[in-house]
Amino acid sequence: MPEKLKVDTPSDREIRITRDFDAPRPLVFDCWTKPELLRRWLTGPPGWSFVVCEVDLRVGGAYRFVWRGPDGTEMGMGGVHREIEPPERIVNTQLFDQDWTGGEAVGTLVLTEKEGRTTSTNTILYSSKAARDGALKSGMEQGMEAGYVRLDELLNQKRASKN
Amino acid sequence: MELNSYGQSIPGSLDATFAALADPTRRAILARLAEGEASVTELAAPFRMSQPAISKHLKVLERAGLVSTGRDAQRRPRRFETQPLLAATQWIEALESSFQRLDALLDELKATQPKRHPTDRKKK
Repeated sequence: MPEKLKVDTPSDREIRITRDFDAPRPLVFDCWTKPELLRRWLTGPPGWSFVVCEVDLRVGGAYRFVWRGPDGTEMGMGGVHREIEPPERIVNTQLFDQDWTGGEAVGTLVLTEKEGRTTSTNTILYSSKAARDGALKSGMEQGMEAGYVRLDELLNQKRASKN
Repeated sequence: MELNSYGQSIPGSLDATFAALADPTRRAILARLAEGEASVTELAAPFRMSQPAISKHLKVLERAGLVSTGRDAQRRPRRFETQPLLAATQWIEALESSFQRLDALLDELKATQPKRHPTDRKKK
């Protein structure tokens, strides 16, 4: 079984997300960079899906993601690739359309492989501590939202099974 | 309670939650408070720590929104607040659900891709 997800804050301006995958590094790299693969997993909370998923995988090349929720709300983000070293490292800029993170952040994805298993370390560096905290807060609110949606589903199922 | 750059209050950011939970004494204090509210004196007793030392830990827990103080002006009982913990857990759960979709996708890709390592270690 893959190692559990770990989230920590290595500095005042950073969030680090670490997770192991039971697959060799090139496959994990593809899943983080190829639109047709990203569309299958980076879909956001339940009920959300991609409407735009474009990646120009070149240094200086742009990427753009837009998701749409069940009520039609859209959420977009994008940026530019600064470093690309397949299959181990990507550095890119990240900016959400709503800009709740107070300016551009820089994301670094590092993949390390050991015996066919890959550790993915995703570090996001924000422009300030306030920006980082804003991102944490919005992430938590979305997480809460997703939790409540699941709870609703569960309750509806229970209700349905009683009838 | 602190304010972020957008003027929104953060009753306990995820960061503060992590930092508060990183310390074993603070986790023990929460475990004690999970059984029921307690005054600083009551909390200090089993830990063989001075009241100021316990108060310092409580301050960190309060800043993270994990502990609140009850109305009784004399005892000032401390109470465990579960909301920030719930928020942190659910955010991590939402991330994890994406990664579980990625696990499934990787399994599918592994099955369709030629093996890089010819030594196939299948269990018999």
